[in-house]
Order: sequence, then C-alpha cells, then structure tokens
Amino acid sequence: MQYDLVISRLVKEFGTFRAVDDVSFEVPKGSFFSILGPSGCGKTTLLRMIAGFEEQTSGRIEISGQDMRGVTPNRRPVNLVFQHLALFPMMNVAENIAFGLRRRKVPAAEIRRRTEEMLERVGLPGYGAKRIHQLSGGQKQRVAIARCLVLDPKLLLLDEPLGALDLKLREQMKVELKKLQAKVGTTFIYITHDQSEALVMSDTVAVMNRGRFEQVGSPQELYMDPQTPFVAGFVGDNNRWEGTVEEVEGETVLIRTDEALVFRARRKADAHKGPATLFLRPEAMVIDPVGTDGLNTFPAVVKAILFDGANSRLLTVTPSGHELLAALPQNRAFDHIRPGAEITLGWHPHSGIVFARREERP
Amino acid sequence: MNRSGLFWLFLTPVLLWLFLLIVLPHVDLFILSFRTDEGWSLENYANFFTEPIYWLTFVRTAVYSIITTLLTLVVSLPVAFYITKLSRPRVRGFLMILLLLPFWVSELVRVYGWMILLRESGVLNYLFLQLGLLERPVEMLYNDATMIMGLVYTSMLFMVVPLVSVMESLDDSLVEAAYDLGASKICIWRTIIIPHCKPGITSGAIVVFMLVLGNYLTPNLMGGKNSLWFTEQIYNQFIASFNWNQGAAFGFLLLALSSCIVWVGLKLTGQKLGEVAS
Ligand SMILES: Nc1ncnc2c1ncn2[C@@H]1O[C@H](COP(=O)(O)OP(=O)(O)O)[C@@H](O)[C@H]1O
Ligand SMILES: [Mg+2]
Repeated sequence: MQYDLVISRLVKEFGTFRAVDDVSFEVPKGSFFSILGPSGCGKTTLLRMIAGFEEQTSGRIEISGQDMRGVTPNRRPVNLVFQHLALFPMMNVAENIAFGLRRRKVPAAEIRRRTEEMLERVGLPGYGAKRIHQLSGGQKQRVAIARCLVLDPKLLLLDEPLGALDLKLREQMKVELKKLQAKVGTTFIYITHDQSEALVMSDTVAVMNRGRFEQVGSPQELYMDPQTPFVAGFVGDNNRWEGTVEEVEGETVLIRTDEALVFRARRKADAHKGPATLFLRPEAMVIDPVGTDGLNTFPAVVKAILFDGANSRLLTVTPSGHELLAALPQNRAFDHIRPGAEITLGWHPHSGIVFARREERP
Repeated sequence: MNRSGLFWLFLTPVLLWLFLLIVLPHVDLFILSFRTDEGWSLENYANFFTEPIYWLTFVRTAVYSIITTLLTLVVSLPVAFYITKLSRPRVRGFLMILLLLPFWVSELVRVYGWMILLRESGVLNYLFLQLGLLERPVEMLYNDATMIMGLVYTSMLFMVVPLVSVMESLDDSLVEAAYDLGASKICIWRTIIIPHCKPGITSGAIVVFMLVLGNYLTPNLMGGKNSLWFTEQIYNQFIASFNWNQGAAFGFLLLALSSCIVWVGLKLTGQKLGEVAS
C-alpha cells in the first residue's frame, strides 16, 4: 500500500512537558484519517508538526516518502485548515482562493480558471467577488477548504474545522466533507474532540489521550472492540461498573461489581483476578427480557425517559443507586414504561467487556 | 443646579481656553498675514511663490519630511512586530518603556546627546580613533543624513505606538495561513501584515509627517549649514527680520500645504480621514 504520511516515534516536548509522546502511524493514500481525543491531548501540536509550524523534539515525519525535517511550512506539500479558518479579511473570496496559486506564479488566466472551478466544486459558484464578512459560517468553511484544495496538496490537514459551527450546520457539513473528500480523493487528516464527527467521516480513527495513541482502527473496530478502557469510555456512550474479577475462564470472566451484582462478561487481554472495570453499551441491554437463559440480569428502577427519536434512552438506577443508560427501542413495545417503574435489564455476556483496573497514568 | 447648567459650568473653562489660546491668536495671525505697511494685500503670500528661496525651502522641507516618514515606517514596522508578536508578554511592557524613556527628557537635551556622540571631538570619533578605524576625526554632524537620522529617532515613538495597537489585533493564524499556502516572509509582509496595519500606518504617518515638518530644533542644530528648514524661515521672519506679517503668512502656508500633502497621500493610498481617525 502507498502511504502519504508515515510518522515514526514522534515526540514533542515543551520544557519538561510531553505534548506528543512517542506516536507512530501511517496514513494510506486517499484515505480519511481522523485523530480523536479530548481537548489538550496534543492533537493540534501533532498537526502543527506535520504542517511544519513546530519542530519535533525527536522522531520522523515522512510525506510521500520524503523526510520533512528542516522543510519550512511554505515548502511542504501539505495545507492546513485552521481551527478558526484564518481567511484573509483584506481579500475577497476569489483572492483568498487564488492566494496560493499566485505564490506559485501560475499564469493569471489559469488562476482564474482554477479558482472558478474550485468555487463550483465546493458549491459556491459566483461567490468570487464577495467579501469574507458577507459569508455565513458554512460558506467560510468551504472557502477555507477550497483555498487549500486548489493547491492539490498531498495531505489536507483539518484542525477541528467544524467546532465554530452550530449543531445543525455541523451535522450537514460532516456529510458534505465526507462527500467532498470522496470526490477529490485527497488524503484528509482530520482532528476533532467530537467522536461522532470522527466516526461518521473517517476510514480510520486514531484515539489520542495525553499525547499518546491509545488505539488506531476503523470506526467499527473502535466501537465494537475497544482495546483500552479510555477508548471504551470515550468512543460512544458506555455504562461503567467498577468491580472485582473472581474467576477467569478462557475468554469469559466472572465479575462481582462493587454493588455486589455478579455478571459474566467478555475478557480483554490483560484482565485477570483482581480489580477491574466493566463497560456495557446502552443498546446491549434488553428491557424485561423474555427468556433469561445465559443472560446477565439485574433489577432497576426507571428514573427518567430520555426521548430522542431513534436514539431514545431510559435513565435507570440500580437498587444501590448506580445510574445506567439503556436503549429504548421505539417499536411501541415499551410504551407502558413510566418513570418509577421497576424493570429487569438483561444483557448477553458477550456484550460487556472487562478491563483490569489500572491506576491512571499521572 | 440642573444638569445642563452643570454641563456648561464644566465646559466654559475648556471653551475659554480653546478660544483665548488657540482661536484668538490664529485669527490675529491670519489678519496679520494679509497686511503690509501699506495696508491690506496678498503680497506676503505672493512673496512665497515669487522668491525661489522660500518655496525651494518648503519643497526641500516637504521632501525630507516625506523621506523621514517613510524611513520611520520602515524602521518601526519590524520593531512593532517584534514587540507584539515575538517578545514574551513580560518583556513587552519593558520594551514599550524603553521606547518611551527618551521622551522623558526634552528634545533639546536629546539633540545635544546626539551632538556629544557625533561631533568632531565627540564620543564616536574618540572610539574610532582609539580603535584605529580612523586616522583623523571626521565631522559627522551638520549634514542631511545625520539630520534625517535625528528626525527618525525623534519620531519613532509616534509611529510605533499606533502600529503596536493595530498589530495586536492581527490574528497570528493569518500569518501562519499565508506561510502555509506558500508565501515567503517578504510576501507575508506585503500581502497580510501591511494591509492589516494600514489604519495604524496612516495615522502614524500623518502624525510623524506633521511633527517633522513643524520641527525646529533638530534640523536647526543637526542639519547642514547652508540648507534651511521651513520653520527656520518662519523664525527668521518673526525674529530676525521682524516682519510679523510675512512670518504669519508663511505659517498659514505651511499649514495649508502640509494639509494638501496629507490629503494627496490619503487619496493615493485610497483612504479616508474618517476611517483612519476611528
Ligand atoms: N507552545 C506551547 N508551549 C507550551 N505548551 C504548549 C504549547 N502548545 C501546546 N502546549 C500544551 O500542549 C498540550 C496539548 O495542546 P494541543 O496540542 O493544543 O491540544 P489539543 O489540540 O488536543 O487540544 C496542552 O496541554 C498545551 O497546554
Ligand atoms: Mg486544538
């Protein structure tokens, strides 16, 4: 496979603080690669190293097989869409898009042609003469992306570009960005703290925490088969129990939670007898199961119904006061459930995963 | 007392001050400028245009003022950029104080400071002689280059302060975005930083130009012996020739012509005074 970006053992230190800590990964040509992590985990620092604005403390950045050490940002075959877009307010839309081509001394006629072509491609034909402040949030977004794409970069780096938009527009831009990437075929590296953005758009997602990559995989892998407790807790909603593993039988463990419920669940590699954490997705829980053979079950009281269309949930509490979310299918079978109702929740041992409880890294 | 009474109570001293010290003398000078010993006439103004020494002095003064303004701008842009974007916040305040410091002593003292440094028996000559760089002392004072340097030094603060305030509002990511899109350093200055700083450049340039044009001390003390600054012409009329009428006419000509130059400058760069002032 051809890689547009190969990063090996990259480290960035600010004083004694490691913002990026020994990160290695490859991005295949033409793919949509996301880096997902809470704010402050080092995503921007990593991206700025790729763009050339920060120099790495150690490690190697290769773009299309070429080592980038010592290459200034204006000479790297990558372009960055800034968090707050950084459109030039002193120029109109067409001049913003033509900026990079001008720097490359492309003939004026060709600049005009390519600018118009690019505006059309991002759905803004005829907007060339508009001033930046006349555009809406979503339009600015598209100009910022067009300004980079017109240069045909090997990599397009995007730093939380949807962060400033309102929710509705963000949903819409997610789909549009994905479509745009498929159409132009440029490799996108997209960083975000919003897991739904990462899951919806990406071919591959890297989950980052405290300067390190926790797991790299497809959105499905991250959701279905998280390799670390951080990924299990960060990607998608998850219920969480602290407890103790009492028995290990091959791929299953018997766990007693701190409130003395006993469950069977799937074992992750390092789980062994001793303190452990159990994760369970809301949609893995069945309300009032008919046959309970082989299921873990426990009683709970409905505290509230969180109606959200297809994504509706029940907020329930166990007798000892532990709050849990359970998916509420909208098939009318559960219309009788009211806050205060006592129900039984059941789940298949395969759906819950158990990690050994590790002391959090400082 | 009601509110409007109070308003007038506080405003009256201001208005009186403005009227007595600014309006009244100017009106008086304005009237003087149209009088000769024989009565009303435009002769004082006509003299300026018919006597080459007068208008040549003005042209020289204006050209040098423009050169000084441009040089001040060229020197101040990197200084302001360093202060706002490159220095750490704590160093920033210190640098601003360093800039202000020379202005705590009077211009006269500052100019004499330069003279001590530059004259034939001055500090620099002494140093160069001791180091063996020169064989005989050279006179570094009393030429146009030294005078312009002195004027730039005197005016810098008035350029740096407005530049610092516009540069503070420049988003760093604009500079980075331009760099990312392939612009060289010079190109970033030309296409991003200077266009952004335009209002500050204009207001700084107007202030510096007016100050330099109306400066008397520095050109007089540091400038060449056989070249005059226009303010010296005015001084000569008032004090040496005792011709107040001619002096007053020159004063108003200086005001009118310099306003014209500023107006042309604004037109050439496509700006309006109202935008700059706001
Ligand atoms: N120039 C810098 N100097 C010192 N610390 C920095 C610098 N840039 C970022 N950091 C620190 O590095 C960490 C990661 O920052 P950043 O990469 O911006 O995170 P993210 O983009 O994931 O929110 C933060 O704790 C931040 O304080
Ligand atoms: Mg960030």
